[in-house]
Amino acid sequence: MREEMRDRGRQDGLSPKQGEGGGEMAFGNGDGQKSGQKGIVPILLIAVGVLFFLVMLVLPLVEVIYRSLKDGLESYMNAVTAENTIAALKVTLIAAVIALAVNTFFGLCASWLLTKFEFPGKHVLSVLIDIPFSISPVIAGLAYIMTFGRMGWATPIVEQINEWLGTDISLVFSIPGVVLATIFVTFPFVSRELIPVMQAQGSKEEEAAVMLGARGLTIFRKVTFPHIKWALLYGIILCAARAFGEFGAVYAVSKARGKTFTLPLEIDALYMAGSADSITQAFAVSSLLVALAIIILILKQIVEYCGKDNR
Amino acid sequence: MYVEMKGINKNFGSYEAAKDISFRVDQGHLAALLGPSGSGKTTILRMIAGLEQQDSGDVIVDGNVVNHIPAKERGIGFVFQNYALFRHMTVFENIAFGLRVQKKGKKEIRDRVMELVELVGLEGMHKRYPHQLSGGQRQRVAFARALAPKPQLLLLDEPFAAIDAKVRKELRVWLKEMIAQVGITSLFVTHDQEEAVAVADEIMIINEGRLEQMGKPVEIYKKPKTSFVAQFIGTSAVLDDFDGFKGFEEVPKGRKAIVRPEFVEAFKNDNEKVRSLIPAAEKGVITDISFRGSTLELTLEVNGISLTTNRSLERRHVEIGEEMCVLIYRAYILEEDDTTVYKNQMLKGVDVEAL
Ligand SMILES: Nc1ncnc2c1ncn2[C@@H]1O[C@H](COP(=O)(O)OP(=O)(O)O)[C@@H](O)[C@H]1O
Ligand SMILES: [Mg+2]
Repeated sequence: MREEMRDRGRQDGLSPKQGEGGGEMAFGNGDGQKSGQKGIVPILLIAVGVLFFLVMLVLPLVEVIYRSLKDGLESYMNAVTAENTIAALKVTLIAAVIALAVNTFFGLCASWLLTKFEFPGKHVLSVLIDIPFSISPVIAGLAYIMTFGRMGWATPIVEQINEWLGTDISLVFSIPGVVLATIFVTFPFVSRELIPVMQAQGSKEEEAAVMLGARGLTIFRKVTFPHIKWALLYGIILCAARAFGEFGAVYAVSKARGKTFTLPLEIDALYMAGSADSITQAFAVSSLLVALAIIILILKQIVEYCGKDNR
Repeated sequence: MYVEMKGINKNFGSYEAAKDISFRVDQGHLAALLGPSGSGKTTILRMIAGLEQQDSGDVIVDGNVVNHIPAKERGIGFVFQNYALFRHMTVFENIAFGLRVQKKGKKEIRDRVMELVELVGLEGMHKRYPHQLSGGQRQRVAFARALAPKPQLLLLDEPFAAIDAKVRKELRVWLKEMIAQVGITSLFVTHDQEEAVAVADEIMIINEGRLEQMGKPVEIYKKPKTSFVAQFIGTSAVLDDFDGFKGFEEVPKGRKAIVRPEFVEAFKNDNEKVRSLIPAAEKGVITDISFRGSTLELTLEVNGISLTTNRSLERRHVEIGEEMCVLIYRAYILEEDDTTVYKNQMLKGVDVEAL
């Protein structure tokens, strides 16, 4: 995940990393169970696991909280309620909510298509869905600029549409651009969660429903959906985590601080400003993302727990 | 309502799953599609249901070609292999599904569901979920669910395959009675010939996507039309070269033959009662004796060929290595795409049935 952030080595411990943190903990627990049997290997593995967990995840997070509160609560509140921060939070939430809605819908459609039907080009579609996983988000953002930017081939089309609708929508360096970029990078999450579940389920129950005279939508609501709801929710949560934390793709299409910046971009801008004050502010704003991440982590655990019961 | 297939062909890629299939199941009849696994039985059933589209040919229900009517509008009941019950719904909701889809009234749904619950003997279980039921009970739910919207035709794919052997026979009888009671035209798929014979009025033998033979169980047994049917039905070993047996001089040389255990009789050389038959019998040596529950199965070597026959436990004791008289009444001689029944010529005028 998020190669470019790791490279810069500044924002470790922001939301998407939380998922990996959970995994690491589970790994440690697994070893813990075996440690009842004597032996140095399990102890060593636990030590390595815990150390890794502390150094890579806990310490950076503690550091974020510590640094953000270093200059006292008042300056923390100032940073968090700064105009730019509020604007960035708004953009982040707008982009995330729209991306969630769009990707939930298309994710459902795509998984439904891929698992319940046979058609030519099925494999191609399956590969296409994964593109956002394999392409660096920066490239995705740049591709949007190439397509919809001033020189882009699609720009005349967008302008034409704007003329017809009497609107003035621009797809790059604007909120719609940020939304599009976010949609792109979060596209596979829902379908990747759904496809294995739907595949395992097969289409027998759906066929039974067809033979009883049910229409497509009824079948989806009454037969398919009850089986996939937890996987769907899980996919949506992963999608949300990624949407909140996305940096690269958004960075490419968003240049106006206070207007189209998302939280990660705002943090970056504060940090890059370089003064002691702004760095503290960067950490304060980061703590917002950490809070979002923790909420997501808790939701994820709840959904995982409920999903297990229901499968 | 009757159902008919006319010249149906179906390919999966280059694989021919159905080749020129034509048959008809009459109103109120219970027919079986019987064939080895992978022979295309399920595919045929799915084409009738509309879950699979044939490449050519017609599916006709009650005189109407239904090729282009989607599955959900064909009004055909389908009991799936492994039942495909809705796992997250209770027995009641499973059975009610087809009625809810039709937007029937609450009371009407309740009455019909409870009527079916009673019909299939699941009283008091309508609140359970499928995972709380045994295999046999699930099958009953699947059956009731398929019948709920009152279809005119019922298709069942391997309805007994998921049930353990003990209960299977019981359920077989139950299903046959139930279908007779409802009076619905039914077609079921099985790979078990015993099951087909026990349940169906008519059997269609399917092999490699072809309909080999259709007829009443007894007819198929007595007069298998193709060599496949002759081998598939009954317990039969194929003899590679059926030659030089007494009474079968007319059989062309080098032909394959099928001699079923019931075509063979072995008796001791000193058996007074059958003295008149001895000229028609060969000499054979017992090479194996195995106990088959109620009879003994003898394997005898006759003219260098192994034949089997069943022997009642009430008869005199026999031993491995003993020489016996072996009488062959009949044999199926296999030709390219046909079988001929040959009778032992030396038994002409002898009342074989009276033995
Ligand atoms: N959807 C499909 N795609 C490709 N091949 C199939 C499909 N369905 C069935 N077949 C093939 O058609 C043949 C007949 O299958 P089926 O009708 O299920 O046989 P049966 O029910 O007699 O065991 C098998 O070889 C099977 O592999
Ligand atoms: Mg089958």
